[in-house]
Formats: sequence, C-alpha cells, structure tokens
Amino acid sequence: MAATTPGATWWKGAGGPLLPPVAEVPAGGGGTQEEARRTDGSGRDEATKGASGMSPDLRTRLGDVELANPIMTAAGCAGAGRELAQFFDVARIGAVVTKSVMLEPRAGRPAPRMAETPSGMLSAIGLQGPGIEVFLQRDLPWLLARGGRAVVSIAGGSAEEYAELARRLSMAPGVTMIEINLSSPNLADRGRDFTEDPAAAARVVRVVRASARSDIPVFAKLSSDVPDLVGLATACAEAGADGLSMINTVRGMAIDTATMRPAVAGGTGGLSGPAIRPIAIACVYRVHAALPDVPIIGMGGVRTGSDALEFLLAGASAVAVGTVIFHDPSACVRILREFEEALEERGVARVGDLIGAAHRPLGATALR
Amino acid sequence: MSDFRPVQMRSPVLTVRRVDAYHAITVVAPGIAERFRSGQFVAVAVGGEQSSMLLRRAFAIHEVKPDYGGTVEFLFAVRGRGTAWLAERRSRDLLDIVGPLGRPFPLPRDPVNCVLVGGGAGAAPLFPLAHTLRRRGCRVDFVLGAADAERVFGAITARRVAETATFTTDDGSFGLRGQVTEVLPQVVEDARSDVIYACGPMPMLREVTALAARYDIPVQVSVEETMACGTGVCMTCVIPVIGDDGITRMTRSCVDGPVFRGERVRFDDVGTIPFDALGAPGWKTHGDDAVQTREAG
Repeated sequence: MAATTPGATWWKGAGGPLLPPVAEVPAGGGGTQEEARRTDGSGRDEATKGASGMSPDLRTRLGDVELANPIMTAAGCAGAGRELAQFFDVARIGAVVTKSVMLEPRAGRPAPRMAETPSGMLSAIGLQGPGIEVFLQRDLPWLLARGGRAVVSIAGGSAEEYAELARRLSMAPGVTMIEINLSSPNLADRGRDFTEDPAAAARVVRVVRASARSDIPVFAKLSSDVPDLVGLATACAEAGADGLSMINTVRGMAIDTATMRPAVAGGTGGLSGPAIRPIAIACVYRVHAALPDVPIIGMGGVRTGSDALEFLLAGASAVAVGTVIFHDPSACVRILREFEEALEERGVARVGDLIGAAHRPLGATALR
Repeated sequence: MSDFRPVQMRSPVLTVRRVDAYHAITVVAPGIAERFRSGQFVAVAVGGEQSSMLLRRAFAIHEVKPDYGGTVEFLFAVRGRGTAWLAERRSRDLLDIVGPLGRPFPLPRDPVNCVLVGGGAGAAPLFPLAHTLRRRGCRVDFVLGAADAERVFGAITARRVAETATFTTDDGSFGLRGQVTEVLPQVVEDARSDVIYACGPMPMLREVTALAARYDIPVQVSVEETMACGTGVCMTCVIPVIGDDGITRMTRSCVDGPVFRGERVRFDDVGTIPFDALGAPGWKTHGDDAVQTREAG
C-alpha cells in the first residue's frame, strides 16, 4: 500500500526550514514594517525625546573599535544572530557576540543541559557548535549581510588552537572583534588552566594577539571563579588583550529532589541570569579600579536598561545581554530603548560620561 | 508572501478552563493564529514582568479560532511553580507569548489514511492536525492513551472527528487497559493506515516508530523535550537525530523539531551524546572513514 517513504514526493514540503534562507533576507538589516512595529525601540518621534531635547550620544569605544551603542549579545545566548533576527533587526544593537566557535564541530554535553534556578539558570551545553569552517561559510556571512557587527567568541583546547582560530577569523572579512573564551566551565580540564592560571591565560592572549589582524581588538573573557581576578585581568592586559569581558557563568549546582540526582547531567553547571548580577558588578568594579584604562564589556544578568547603566557606572564600556534573551527574545532592543531613556532622564549627553562614574568620589558632579 | 516567522506578543487571556486533569488557556493572538500550522507550539513567559522564573514554558497549540481576530489555545498540566502561576491566570490578564514555533507536521499531498497516536497531553497538537487532514480528504483514526481516564485528553472530539477512536489507560479506567502501542497494530491493519502521526513521551514514540517500521509506513513524531527559550538560541533541547546525509547531529527540538521523521530519531541514545554524533569523540574517525570511502569510490 504505502511503500512511499516520508521523503518521497507525496509529502508536501511543510517541514522545510523555518528560518528564512539567506537569499531572502534583505541586506543591510532592512526589516519589514511589521517587524519594525513589533520590536523597534527607536520608532519614537523626536517630540518624545528627553527633556534636554537631545538624544544622548550612545557611541562607545572598545579598543580601536567604535560601536553605535553599548548593547551587545553575550556569547552563547544568541547563536550568530539568525534566530533573534526574527524578532528584531540585529544591525540595531552595538554588536552580536557569537556563540564560541572552535576549530572542529563539537557535540557538547548530554541532556539534561539546564535547570531553572531562582532568577537564573544552570547550564552545561559543552560548547556545542559546527566548527570554524561552517561558521565562516554560513553564520558569519549571514550576520554581515544583515548589517550586524560581529564579535566572534573563540574557544580551544590549547593556545595553538586559539591562535589558529584567530588566524582564520583574521582572513575572513568583517570580523569586528575577537573575544577569547578563557573561562567556559564546560571546557575540558585543560580549559580550566586558562581559567584560573594567569600565566596560561596570558599565553593564550599573547598568541591570539600575535595571530589576529592588528586592527581587530582582542578581548579576554574571564570567569569570576578565580582566586585572584585582578591578577588574572592584569596578566591578560599585559599580554596584549585590548580589553576584558566579564563575567562568564558562575559554577553552581542544583539537585532534583524527585530523582535525587543533580539536575544537570554533568553535576555542576554554569549559573547565569540576574542571580549573578551583583557578582558581575563587583568584578567589573574591582577590575576597573585596578585597570582604569582597559575597556571592559560587562555582562551577568542584565535584564533592563537600568541594569546596563549599572554596569557602565561600575566601569564597563559596553554591556552584553545573555540569559535574559531566553526569557525575552527582543530583550536587546528593549534594553537599548530603556537604556537610552535612562540617559535622557538623567540628562546624560554621552555614554562616555558614565563609564566608571561610580568610582568618582562622593559629591563629584559625575553626571553634569 | 506568507510570513512564517514567529511573533512575540502580549496577549490577553480569553478563558482559562479545567479539562479533566489539565488546564487550557485561550489567548487572543492574531499574529500567532494566522501563522499557525499543525504541530507548532508557543513559548510562554511565566511569573510576570519581574519573574524569578526566566525560562519560557513551551506548549503545543491545541486549537486556533478566528474569533477576535484570532485566538490560540494551549493545554498544560500543573507540574511546578510556572504552570501553577499559569493556572491562576484570569480573563483579561496579559501573557507574554512567542509563537508559532517549530517545524509543523508535514502533510500528505494525497487523501491517504492517517492514524494519530497521542499519549496524555501529547494528544493536544493532534486535533488541529486531524481537522487539516480531514479537510484534505484523509481518513483519520485516533489512538489516545494515558495513565488514567482523567488524563485521556479530547476523547469526545476524537470520536467526532475520526473514523475510529481507540482509547487505552494504564489502569483500565477508560477504554482498554494497556498502552497505545498494544492496540495500534490492530488499528493500522483495520484502517489500512498509510502514515502514523504521534505525540507523547519518548518511550511511546520509540515504540510507535518501531511499529511503523514493521508496517513499512512513514511516521512523524512530535517530541516533548524540555526547552529554555523555544527560539533556537539556548541549545538545551537537543536530541540525537540522523540527518539527510546520514550524520547524527545533536539537533534542537525547538527549531528543527518538535516534529521529526520517527526513524531519524535515535531514541535509544536520547539523553546521551552518541559516540558517532557530529563533534562527539568518535565522530572524527567516522568522518575520516567517510572521506576514505569517497576517495576510494
């Protein structure tokens, strides 16, 4: 009767890919009118702008790179932008930080990979990804065609792997920055050396800086789970890092009281979300105090424009939105809108005026 | 040009009702209703704007109606704080809802005989599918099962829509005592089924897929994997699925599923990373073999 297989012609192709093929996407990030209506934060007319009558200058500098605004995605929370482009125009945010790319494809960790915790989540994805080749062929060109700024996060098992990734990315046109993932708790044991040992981290930074094109800033992403964060940050900066990203997830664990087993397959996972924001703020604050000239991308539980402002006051020059994207796929543009409003309300003319303002002595007219 | 992209909406709740062991919420969501295809789901934020529960809850869409510009109904069982919060919603409350998400059920081009198999709340997405299939002139037979009578969803509708409807419960409190896979062979033979659609727990889907292989008929399964985002970015809902090229990949249930061809899902390896999956420790060797084979050929 029906020897036909599901792949045979009688199947109407309803099961095709749901994401629009690359060719159908208008270049330069021009979304449909409807898209603009449902996600666009800047659709307000001039009359609704702040009392100052001026919209604040949102530009920010990260090393030699200037971004249109300080709101970015955090590595591993936005793919390479394609999925989120269904909800907002990825060219509108400062940059898309891609999921960490490795030299080879990687299957990642077994399920269950995540557990919800109060104001956060534990995850252990294990850097699943297609590898640099597919990234360069498929993901990066897609993001660039949409007009997005690409900050590429890289992860490797050895300094040489990191260097090779930096070389490959430098040969591809359009990479705005490289972020070295020194701190994923889901890398193998050798990965942990980079996380905690300043000398090992410095070596990775040095070879990446030497391999990457000189006009591509290299940022080192650090974990807070280290005995001496300022020492690690200093070692990375001295090794040539153009800036620092902090923080990665914080090691955590939850136990399922029904199965009486750890809720995440690997036992521990990385805690993210608003639950870790005070930890992240403290890290940014401490490192900015020690290294005021090193630009920082702050991240850890950013949920609102006010949270983003908090990171800037602590000393960050830009802010990445992570886990909250899972909760709200249009979070980045919402936070950008809220952030702009927060600046208008306070009469702040430039993002640059805010960076590290919380360090200034009491009574200093930081925001005038 | 049709737009299949999901939308995010703040949708007013129309009704919240108890359906035996489940709750059903209907929201006004025209953008989701107009894009919907059978098998797709919604991802709902729970706990309000400053919720401490960050992960969206994914629910299959059970019914779409044209009222109020377009309404969407989904079914759920209260299992934790998030679903308990949802069950307490009242008419006119707003829900932050994203959809329609996921790969829908592929439809047969010809009016063939289809058997729809549901386990528990897994029956929900089969009803819009049944209506679509009927409109295309397909014969529809239902096999629905659950632990007990309270958890068999949609028996009355199933009887009305389908040529035959067979029910099973583990405790025998409704229909036949046993599991859907025990009665399915008889239904497939009597109805001369050409295709099976199934939604329910993994072990049920594995058995149904094995049965389809025995009858040499295609099977489309909809998996009920836990998700964090539903939109394809978090990478938590992956299961091992064999691609068109024969390579097993850890595949996202939310965007590449939840509907898969049954024989492509490596049911026995769910919850693990198969040694030969793309990027797994054994994959490299496998890949080298493939290269050598190609070169030799």
